[in-house]
Formats: sequence, structure tokens, C-alpha cells
Amino acid sequence: MNTLAAPVATDEGAISTTRFTVPGMRCAGCIAKLERELPKIAGVNGARVNFSAKRVAIEHDEGMREDDLAEAILKLGFEAQQVEDNPLGQEVAERKTLMRALGVAGFGMMNVMLLSVSIWSGAEGATRDLFHWLSALIAMPVIAYAGRPFLASAWMALKHGRTNMDVPISIGVVLATALSLYETITGGPHAYFESAVMLLFFLLAGRALDAEMRTRTRAEIGALLGRMGKTASVIGPDGSTRRLPARELEPGMLVLVAAGEALAADGEVEQGASSIDNSMLTGESAPERIGVGSAIHAGAINITAPIRLRLTRTAEDTAIAEIARLMDEAGQSRSQYVRIADRASRLYAPVVHTLAALAFVGWMIAGAGWHQSLVIAIAVLIITCPCAMGLAVPTAQVVASGALLKRGLLVKDGSALERLAEVDVALFDKTGTLTLGEPRADIAELDSKARSVALALAQASRHPLSKGLALTLREASVAPAPVSDISEHSGQGISGQWNGMRVALERPGNAEEGLAAALVIGEHHHVLHFTDPMRSDCAATLATLAKHGVDASILSGDRHAPVEHAAKQLSIPFAAEASPQDKLAALASLKDQGRKPLMVGDGLNDGPALAAAHASIAPSTASDASQQAADAVFIGEKLFPVALAVRVARRTMAVVRQNFGFAIGYNVLAIPLAVFGYVTPLIAAIAMSLSSLVVVANSLRLASSAKGNAP
Amino acid sequence: MTNLAFLIPIALFMGAAGLAAFFWAMRSGQYEDMDGAAARILIDEEDTEQ
Repeated sequence: MNTLAAPVATDEGAISTTRFTVPGMRCAGCIAKLERELPKIAGVNGARVNFSAKRVAIEHDEGMREDDLAEAILKLGFEAQQVEDNPLGQEVAERKTLMRALGVAGFGMMNVMLLSVSIWSGAEGATRDLFHWLSALIAMPVIAYAGRPFLASAWMALKHGRTNMDVPISIGVVLATALSLYETITGGPHAYFESAVMLLFFLLAGRALDAEMRTRTRAEIGALLGRMGKTASVIGPDGSTRRLPARELEPGMLVLVAAGEALAADGEVEQGASSIDNSMLTGESAPERIGVGSAIHAGAINITAPIRLRLTRTAEDTAIAEIARLMDEAGQSRSQYVRIADRASRLYAPVVHTLAALAFVGWMIAGAGWHQSLVIAIAVLIITCPCAMGLAVPTAQVVASGALLKRGLLVKDGSALERLAEVDVALFDKTGTLTLGEPRADIAELDSKARSVALALAQASRHPLSKGLALTLREASVAPAPVSDISEHSGQGISGQWNGMRVALERPGNAEEGLAAALVIGEHHHVLHFTDPMRSDCAATLATLAKHGVDASILSGDRHAPVEHAAKQLSIPFAAEASPQDKLAALASLKDQGRKPLMVGDGLNDGPALAAAHASIAPSTASDASQQAADAVFIGEKLFPVALAVRVARRTMAVVRQNFGFAIGYNVLAIPLAVFGYVTPLIAAIAMSLSSLVVVANSLRLASSAKGNAP
Repeated sequence: MTNLAFLIPIALFMGAAGLAAFFWAMRSGQYEDMDGAAARILIDEEDTEQ
């Protein structure tokens, strides 16, 4: 395993590691391609793919720019976004702690059980005592180590005068251990170390599954705040430029914005004319023409020509920051959602404690002696152990989110599935959500030579139209032609030499062609038209949603005409030209009517709405802030994962309810037996384990829940 | 009884060895990329030697 080391200094200069998320990798071929091709680039020392997390870590010389690396990955056919350095450190650590505890508990469980089985088979006298002592020797450190997650959490809850699921567990384990120790020391016939350790093992399994689900999916949404302008070229009084990070910009500064650059602050055009791609902020799909005096917001991308900008608002004051603030406020209201497991444990823990205490007191009064009373109380605590309860939710959610992940939907955490299952109305943004959000070229008229020349040119440029053209051509499996001397002229286009002819992608001759580019090959001119096509399965997705009783409508910040056009195509109601505040208001009025809205959107202007909706989904092409605000992210060009999410979430909640139903039924049967003293702690432990297995088996049925019915 | 004097330490030792192996595997990151490990077996390693 060639794991990547931390940055090390070598003779050739410092080496650093940059991580990218590459959602597009699908198979072994992609791994091989990335790991084989990337090191061939000068300056790159090695690449290592983590397939589960859909990431690649690239070891490279310190001088290389992240943009160049992303570009190199794009040339291999994958979209990539840089990830901040291990933002998941803490969760990974938590998961590792749980895994270690699980390993230790498993080891202890197996060995103690080995000894216990011997005792039940009839070991007596000195042998039994020896085995008890050995069990104690193994179980005590195992419980001390593997029990920490529960003991610590229970202690925290008790210290603050609350109770949670960990409290009965901790009391059960501690009491069982203490009583077993007493039995061992006094040479008694029964010790219950195996019950205590087994309890811990099953509970840890539930916890580890829960943590696994959260890390696995969150890892993919790590690419935060990647594409927004992070730096700007500030023009000094003497005309020289220097790059400053966004946070050091100040109002009044004059900045030069190159073609293809994202803006880092709000400003007013002082010199030059260009078009900007404002879709991230407003959802408007067509480029917007700007001239001297136009106001531009951070996050917009300058498309055609370099412009000079006088900054008006920077850092915390930009329109983006304002939206982020709205988003934060909207998110607060949703965080009050109480997860099902917590609600259950709130009721459960006091009931169990009371029962165990009553059993103890009852038997004492009945004159059974404190030892027998305690044994019964422990049996009650163990048999009612919230194992099945504890596993009911995480197992179902892990299996369901795993199934969804295979179909291109990443659920960020378990409560998202709970909320997704409840939605009854869906609001879609248009640009980038119902449509692909990126221009695609009409290449039907190009012959194969023209196509390969066009790809060679288009992939050399970062202009949005070039990107769209390159993507269209790659989808048509075109191979690039050997074009040499490629050079890009800002605002003009890109040109090169092919077979001794001048070839170029340029602005079309007549200015008002809409979204278009001209492909020049020698004397021939082809005008390429671009459109923002609808996702292919919109209608099918909406139909599936309707089948689940979810009404759909469009809520877009885009202009009236294109939204109306899209809404007519899908025959659903719409609202256009909505500002972020309008969207929040629309959601609020739906909530007032007692509806549970699902928001699906990608733009930064959808961010507050995504945070405020009952549940929300964003495409993986969405702005990073939106991905962060959403509950789930879907990958690829299909919209169907949205409908799938609702369907699987509902099935998941059905399975969770079955699991709870089973756990409650089991307790109703088991508790009386335990209270009346028919159950030894051993039988209690076995019954409890079996009930956990039933719950796990039931949850596994969800593995196939995301299959089928895809258009 | 004399058998036990051998068997129990052996059982414990084997269990502990398994636990040690698990810890080692955790530390060396073998649980980091489970799906990748399944896919990597399909990669034709000879190509990398070119």
C-alpha cells in the first residue's frame, strides 16, 4: 500500500498533498486511469484514489497550482473539486474509537463466552471458580475499554440532570459486572460477565453503523467553498497588479477581473464591457451583458473580456455573505427537529429504570433476599436493553443510504431520511435543477473531423461555453485532434494550427446569436448553438413523486419566460423571479398550512430555502454553500434520485416502525417474564441478542429498496 | 484439568492475536477504502510497468 505521507522536503523542493473529490469515478478502470495517468504529469509524484470516499490524493511539487491539477483530472474525463485538508478529522477519529471498542468487545465476548459455555456444560467446584476468575480477568478490562462510549455519555447526561439511552445500558453493565465480581470472589454459582460484554458488543455495532453512515456520505460533500472567487488581482496606484485573498480586499480597491475568473467581492464596472455568468447567484441561465457602471456581485463569473472593477462591498458585506446569513437563520429552525431515536429513548429510559427498580423493591418485600432481587433487576435491565431499539434506526438508515448511494444520492445524515419521508410537496428550482445548468452544444451538423478539432480547442479553455462544448463532445466519444500552437485570447476565443490550417473557436460574427460560438476550420465557419437542456427524466421523476402524493411546482429566481416554458413542458405550477427572501416566504406559507415542503435547488440563492425547507436536495453541480445546506446531494444528469430519495425514505421509515414495533412487542413479552424471575441474566442476554438480530435482518431488506423503476 | 492449563492460554493467545491483527489493519488504513479494494483487484497491474 503506497499510502501518501505528509508533506516531506526532498532535494527537488517541497512536496505537498492536495485532495480532490471526484464524484464521477465508477469502476476499477477509473481508479487505474487516475493513478496511472496523473503521475505522468510533470511535477506530480503520485496519486492515490480512495474509492469509497470518491477522492484522489495527489502528491505534487509545491509549485503546482490546484487549478492545474483540477484541469489535469478534467482532461482524464473527471470533474474534480478540491477538498480542504481533512475536514472530517474529528468524525474519523470518533469512528475509529468505536471500531476499536467494537473489536475489543468482540474479542472479549468470544473468549468469555467460551468459558461460560464450559460452566453451563457442568463445570463445578474449583474449575468453575477458575473459569469465573478467568472471565473476570478478561471481562473487566474489556468492559472498561469498550464501555467508555456509553459510560462517558451516560455520565454526561446524569451530570446535567438528564437521562438518555446510555444510562440504563451503563447501569445494567456496571451492576452486572459488580454482581458477577461479587459472585466470583465468594465462589458463587453464577457470573454474568458474558451478558455484560455481549450487551456492549451489540450496542457498539449499532453505534459503529451509525457513525459509518455519517462519515461515508459526508466525505463526498467535503468540497466546500471551492469555486467561489478566493483571490482577486488588485491594481495598485502605479498600475501594477498583485493577487490578494478575498478577506484582505477592501471597498474602493480597483481590481482586474480576467475572463473566466470568479469574482471575490461585490463591485461596479469602471472600465470594459463583458458578459457575466450570474447563475450561481440568481439562477439566471443566459450570460448577462455588463458595461461601465453595472453592479456585479461576488460569485459571478466573468465570461468574455477582462474588466476593471471598483469594489463596493467585500468580505462579510457581500450579497453572498448576506445569503449565507439568511441560510444560517433558516437552518436554526430546522435543527430543532427531534430524531425518532431520541424521542423513543426519552420515553424508554425512565420506564425501564422504574421497572427494574420496582422489580428489585417488589422482590425484597416478597422476602427474596437482596441477592436474588438484584439478579432479577439486572435481568430486567438486560432483557429490556435498548439494543433492538438502538439498532432499529441506524441499521435501517445505513442500509437505505447505502442503497441510495449506489444510485447516485448521498444522504448527509440519518435525520434527513426521517424528514424526507414526511415531505408532501416539492419545490424545484429551474436552472441547474430541472435543467442541467450548463450549456450543451448542438453538434449534429459537425462531421467527425470538425468534432475532434472542436474538442481539441474546447478542452484547452476554461470558458463556460468551451466547457459545455467539450462535455458534449466527450459524451459523443469524440477523440481530440492533434491541434498545435493553441493560444487563448480573452474575449476573442481560442485558436491553433491543425494540418497547416488555422482552426479557432471564436465569437460568432453577428453579435446577437444568443448562446453561440463559431468553429473556424481553415475557410469553413460553423456556428454552434448552445442550450441549457432539461434533465432527461424530469417528467418521470415528477410522475413518481405524484404517485407518492407529493405535488411538485417550480420556484425559480429565473426570468418569467423561461420558467413558464419549463413549467408548461412539465405541466406544473410555477413562480418566477423569486428572490431568496421570496423563496423563504413561500416555504413559510406552506409550513403555515401544515405542509412539509421538499426544496430541490442548486443556486446560491436557493441556499436559505434549502436550509429552511423541511427537507432539501441539491445536485452535485450546485454551489458549495447549497450542497452544505441541503440534506442530500445527487450526482449525475438524472433527476430521478430525488423521487427515489422520497420513496426509499418512506420505506426506511416503514422498516424503522416495524423495528420499533418488534422491539416493543419483544419487551412486552419479555419484561413480565423477567420481573417474575423466570429469566436468568444469561437467558436475558441471549434473548436480547436474538431481538437485535431480528432487527438487523429486517433492516437488510432495504438493500433492494432503491432498485427498479428508473427511467 | 491439565489440558486446560494449555488450552485456555492458547485460546486466549489466539484471540489476542486476532485482536492485534485487527488493530494493525485499522492503523494501516485497510478499512479506509473498502469499495476501492474490491475494485482494485480488477486493475491489470502489468500496464503500470510500462
